[in-house]
Amino acid sequence: MLKTSNIFQLQGRKGILNRSTIDILVEGLTILAVVVIIFIIVSILGIMISGGWSRLSLKFLSEYPKDGMTKGGIFPAIIGTALMTIIMAFAAVPFGVITAIYLAEYASERSIIAKTIRFAVKTLAVVPSIIFGLFGLGFFIGFVGKNMDVILNGGELKWGQPSLIWASLTMALLTLPVVIVSVEEAIRTIPRDMREASLALGATKWQTIRKVVLPGSVSGILTGTILAVSRGAGEVAPILFTGAVYFMSDLPHALNDQFMSLGYHIYIMSTQSANVDETLPIQFATTLVLLLLTFSLNAIAVVIRYRIRKRAN
Amino acid sequence: MNDIKVHVKDLDLHYGVNPALKKVNIMIPEKMVTAFIGPSGCGKSTFLRTLNRMNDLIENVKIDGEVRIDDIDIYGKEIDVVNLRKKVGMIFQKSNPFAKSIYENIAFGPKINGITHKDTLDEIVEKSLRQAAIWDEVKGRLYNSALSLSGGQQQRICIARTLAVNPEIILMDEPASALDPISTAKIEELIHELKQDYTIIIVTHNMQQAARTSDYTAFFYLGELVEFNKTETIFSNPSKRQTEDYISGRFG
Amino acid sequence: MKSSLKKTSPKTFNYDISKKRFRFSDWFAEKFIKSIAFLSIAFVILIFVFVFREAFPVFRMDVKETVTAEPMVQERYGVDDKSAAAEPEKSKETSPAKKVSVPSSTLLSKDWMPVSDNPRYGLIPLFLGTFKVTIIALLFAAPIAILAAIYTAMFAKPRLREIIKPVIELLAGFPSVVIGFFALMVMATVLQEIFGYASRLNSFVGGIAMALAAIPIIYTLTEDSLTAIPKTYIEASLGLGASMRQTAFYVVLPAAVPGIFAAVLLGVGRIFGETMIALMATGNAALVNINPFDSVRTLSATIGAEMAEVVFGDTHYSVLFLIGSLLFIFTFFLNAVAEFYLKNVVIRRFQSKK
Ligand SMILES: Nc1ncnc2c1ncn2[C@@H]1O[C@H](COP(=O)(O)OP(=O)(O)OP(=O)(O)O)[C@@H](O)[C@H]1O
Ligand SMILES: [Mg+2]
Repeated sequence: MLKTSNIFQLQGRKGILNRSTIDILVEGLTILAVVVIIFIIVSILGIMISGGWSRLSLKFLSEYPKDGMTKGGIFPAIIGTALMTIIMAFAAVPFGVITAIYLAEYASERSIIAKTIRFAVKTLAVVPSIIFGLFGLGFFIGFVGKNMDVILNGGELKWGQPSLIWASLTMALLTLPVVIVSVEEAIRTIPRDMREASLALGATKWQTIRKVVLPGSVSGILTGTILAVSRGAGEVAPILFTGAVYFMSDLPHALNDQFMSLGYHIYIMSTQSANVDETLPIQFATTLVLLLLTFSLNAIAVVIRYRIRKRAN
Repeated sequence: MNDIKVHVKDLDLHYGVNPALKKVNIMIPEKMVTAFIGPSGCGKSTFLRTLNRMNDLIENVKIDGEVRIDDIDIYGKEIDVVNLRKKVGMIFQKSNPFAKSIYENIAFGPKINGITHKDTLDEIVEKSLRQAAIWDEVKGRLYNSALSLSGGQQQRICIARTLAVNPEIILMDEPASALDPISTAKIEELIHELKQDYTIIIVTHNMQQAARTSDYTAFFYLGELVEFNKTETIFSNPSKRQTEDYISGRFG
Repeated sequence: MKSSLKKTSPKTFNYDISKKRFRFSDWFAEKFIKSIAFLSIAFVILIFVFVFREAFPVFRMDVKETVTAEPMVQERYGVDDKSAAAEPEKSKETSPAKKVSVPSSTLLSKDWMPVSDNPRYGLIPLFLGTFKVTIIALLFAAPIAILAAIYTAMFAKPRLREIIKPVIELLAGFPSVVIGFFALMVMATVLQEIFGYASRLNSFVGGIAMALAAIPIIYTLTEDSLTAIPKTYIEASLGLGASMRQTAFYVVLPAAVPGIFAAVLLGVGRIFGETMIALMATGNAALVNINPFDSVRTLSATIGAEMAEVVFGDTHYSVLFLIGSLLFIFTFFLNAVAEFYLKNVVIRRFQSKK
């Protein structure tokens, strides 16, 4: 039945090293592993702060890059990232919330449809982000955009090229599972009592969802949105060829404009700029900004989520 | 005896393969209080929940037989379950007000029924709270969260909330089991008031409560309805041995 | 009191239950919600279709090719495009659609030289590079993540656990471009100083950097599967006089093996598809050797680096999509195995022993 018999066999075995000595060593290793991971986290943070802090200022955040990126700030990259994640959230959050409602409220646990949807969501969550970039290029730009041009502009190139809207939608697809998982988790913490109370008063299922379930999952929706924004702000691979550009002298004005983004800025500056050393402080500072942004968003989400879980118990 | 409000014929209920109710037959009179008693797990709650089809929410429940309310089989094909639940209200063992204001709790039912006129809503809220004998306690703080009230007050808010929908039958599943004696007394008093207008069915573990509040009593045991009669008769002169044993506290 | 109540109490009961009422908003909400939820499936299928669709020409061109003749690849390049036959390079820019591709035999060659006069699309160095990086990353990530998960789930006091877990999971929130930057600017230098190898960016640096991205995934899933072991199991073992340490290593850990395996698989998926770290920290040279201190070019980094510069619809473009398709299939199956097979194994193990 149980494997406990092994324990005593192993205890009785005497080698150069006593079995329980090995166990103590292994437990020591587990502690070491935790320490190593925390050390890594702290050193990344520490090095980014020490490398970028001195460059960080209000001016840095609010200025355009100057002199071929060697001077100035990262204002357009911040705005570009913000715009992209906002549009992304507008697409991903409603979709995610509705799908979560379906999974938590409508789907029967054993139905094939629900299982397939769950599997699809998991698949979206594990597909490499570069694949989303390919999809954005092939579908949004090459198919949707091109056809929009044919239908709306008589073939003139307007939508069938990388732009803010396609990058945002690509990113929305990537962050959809993040929203779904958070919202579903929050919906499931709403006590059965509350649904029963509503239904027993003669509310329909939809009325119950709208008036009891959704108001009760606001914090979950918020967590999901924050996590999605944090994820979207940090991902670069999906926007490499769906809309991000290295430099723009102006902010994007329309959905079909291209945009600058913090992550892409870091990537290009650190790998393709001619004078890497000269721009190093800018690179560190930009990385620090991105890190602080995603980090604080995540921390907020963790706190809210912790509160939700506490409510559930 | 008054008119028959609920008529149950040969009701069987299974959770998966486990039977929870076996061939239950009962006729519940209108505008009276009927109590369900019996040991834990005998199926009282299950039976109560068949009367407003709350069991529909549980997967894998199988129901056979008939439940007639006003001579309509509520498990019939064409039944409107939403309206059924308006007609047959329910108070739960654990008070479950929404995390909204007292006012919004009471107005919930009228609002889902399409009442939006502020004055009408105000009127219904006041009337329901008065009916539930809690108006005086909460009138000054209608816009505070219902969760800020005491357990007994919350339960009466739940009753008021149900009354606001205008039900004909009110099902109560151990409504006072989590309350202190004073709150319990208030609820019992309230039940007494309400039976003028409503048919009340109450599940209770408390023998005295059943004796005090109900006109009729049904004794359940292992999913079967053992005995159903006038409360005085059940308590003074039960016809079945099991009933007598249970009432006298010899098992439970 | 009573009489006033009587006056106001409602007398008109009129809920008609005998006929099902059609409630439009309810009906519509359900249909709408269901359709939206269905879109998740549609998205996965669309990704499938569109990534494959763009990759498909690789094979079609190949078929055309084999029908014509068999001589050397180099000679055939540009042959169909008669007007520009003398200037193959120009033809590539001006009329990419008409250009004839190299046959898929070059897909299996050892050269990845997509932009030369004589382009060759050998995937072998890319696969090898990806494989190298994945192994190295896994060798670092799996032990550290699993050990840390064991500590968190088995040995840490509840209060400590509540701190450690979210802190480690914060690592999952680090954008990969940040990890890539860290690897490029800091780790590469430090490691080169320690080990003294020649090329600063290589599969070793890239692998360790990717391990940082994989650790939180493996850690979280392992921790979950360790804490999912029924309490009765642990109590039974403790009750038989085993210590917590023995229980952890000889009872809980073996029982959680399928879950841990699933965690590692998903970690592999993450490493395999990781693009930014690969782009920034592996050196991006498509070499064919197994030296961990040489530069490598991974499959995903190749897409990331080259897609922006290819001509729409060109062979190079299709080959990049082909690589994407392979990545997609691979992670899809990794996920499917982790999901279905292992979940069932875990469930079956506990059911049979209950
Ligand atoms: N959702 C459910 N799924 C499966 N079985 C259930 C479910 N609810 C109740 N049962 C079973 O049905 C039987 C009757 O339960 P029920 O809750 O109706 O008893 P009860 O008389 O109300 O008990 P109590 O006095 O403790 O409230 C019990 O054996 C119980 O285990
Ligand atoms: Mg009960």
